Amino acid sequence: MTDRRDFMKLAALGGGAIFLSGLAGCAQSPSKSSPMAAYDEFYFVQLSDSHWGYKGPDNPDSANTLKKAVATVNALETQPDFIVFTGDLTHTTDDPLERRRRLSEFRDIVSALRVKDVHFMPGEHDASLDRGAAFKEFFGPSNYSFDHKGVHFIVVDNVSEPGATIGAAQLAWLQSDLGSVAKDAPIVVFTHRPLFDLAPKWDWATRDGAQAIDLLMPYRHVTVFYGHIHQENHHMTGHIAHHSAKSLIFPLPAPGSQEKRTPVAWDPQSPNKGLGFREVEAEVPEAEYKIAEYPVTRT
Amino acid sequence: MTARRRLALALASCALISIGLAIGATNSSDDQSRVIRIVAQRFSYTPSEIVLKKGEAVTLELEALDFAHGFNVPDLGIRADLVEGQVTRVQLTPEKSGVYEFHCDNFCGADHEQMDGKIIVQD
Ligand SMILES: [Cu+2]
Repeated sequence: MTDRRDFMKLAALGGGAIFLSGLAGCAQSPSKSSPMAAYDEFYFVQLSDSHWGYKGPDNPDSANTLKKAVATVNALETQPDFIVFTGDLTHTTDDPLERRRRLSEFRDIVSALRVKDVHFMPGEHDASLDRGAAFKEFFGPSNYSFDHKGVHFIVVDNVSEPGATIGAAQLAWLQSDLGSVAKDAPIVVFTHRPLFDLAPKWDWATRDGAQAIDLLMPYRHVTVFYGHIHQENHHMTGHIAHHSAKSLIFPLPAPGSQEKRTPVAWDPQSPNKGLGFREVEAEVPEAEYKIAEYPVTRT
Repeated sequence: MTARRRLALALASCALISIGLAIGATNSSDDQSRVIRIVAQRFSYTPSEIVLKKGEAVTLELEALDFAHGFNVPDLGIRADLVEGQVTRVQLTPEKSGVYEFHCDNFCGADHEQMDGKIIVQD
């Protein structure tokens, strides 16, 4: 669907693509034996962690990175069906007015995207200090679901509750939302923090994330896309695949690779190193043929 | 121990966590364990390095001055929500020597990610 030139452009900004053949792991489906309900081919773009309003040595170009990413997405020859931002749209501030100013500037910048179907969710920088109040003023509910070409998408907010939990009320909503979804339907979850314990020492986890995973477990084709950790990471919990995205502000070190989770230092020679976005292509798998050979007679 | 005890975790380190009012309750530990006072204030703990002896029962008295910070020591299975203006008690007896990192896990602002420390347990 996307052509080679588009991939080159993505690579230039550090972007990557994930193919969702069977909508599960990256590139290869772990559940080939398990048939999936029909869906159409399409692709979407995931952007994450733009931290609009951040000023500091870890990205001296912070006033431009998000704008450059918007221009790169706009230049994709085949435009995505939709775009999703998985949280930390803005960098935190104690000042409620400044928070709204940053959310408003962020909204203005991304309004330049050619694709108008854009889905948002908060990260803790947007929402934790006011329980998502300002975020909701600008972007509406922080958890919701929608369907697109046969795929069920669910946005889970794991940052607005103090202590970064999903919370009992939202878990009950998730359960009822899933209640109307077929067990073999392709499901994609968008959230900000990892739902599993990626690096508890760095607080790269969701306190009640295991409860969400338990609710998703009976569904055979579930893929989770998240942000928060400012780098790509691919992880399986059972048959559920989890893919984190790069950020658009500064990269963070590999989970648990050093004592502190301090950002990777800015490299003036390569200012966009470690930053980027991704496209996710829902590809209908090619027909597969199972072949069994038999002798003339069977005993 | 005060009536506001609300959370007990009996994991790796047999930790007990309780909350008492800052005034009047700070000396009411019902045991003889050594008391270590830790102040949590955006965006650090003071002290941020706590040295303990293996097998020594201690009570950490955590006081949050400006925010409902968290206190999470993943490798000891201890976590607590601190209450602004109150003292939260965590009792523990470390059974293994080593370095146990802790951090604030209630997002508290710009340098929240740097709010951490370590418990060093010596033989
Ligand atoms: Cu804190």
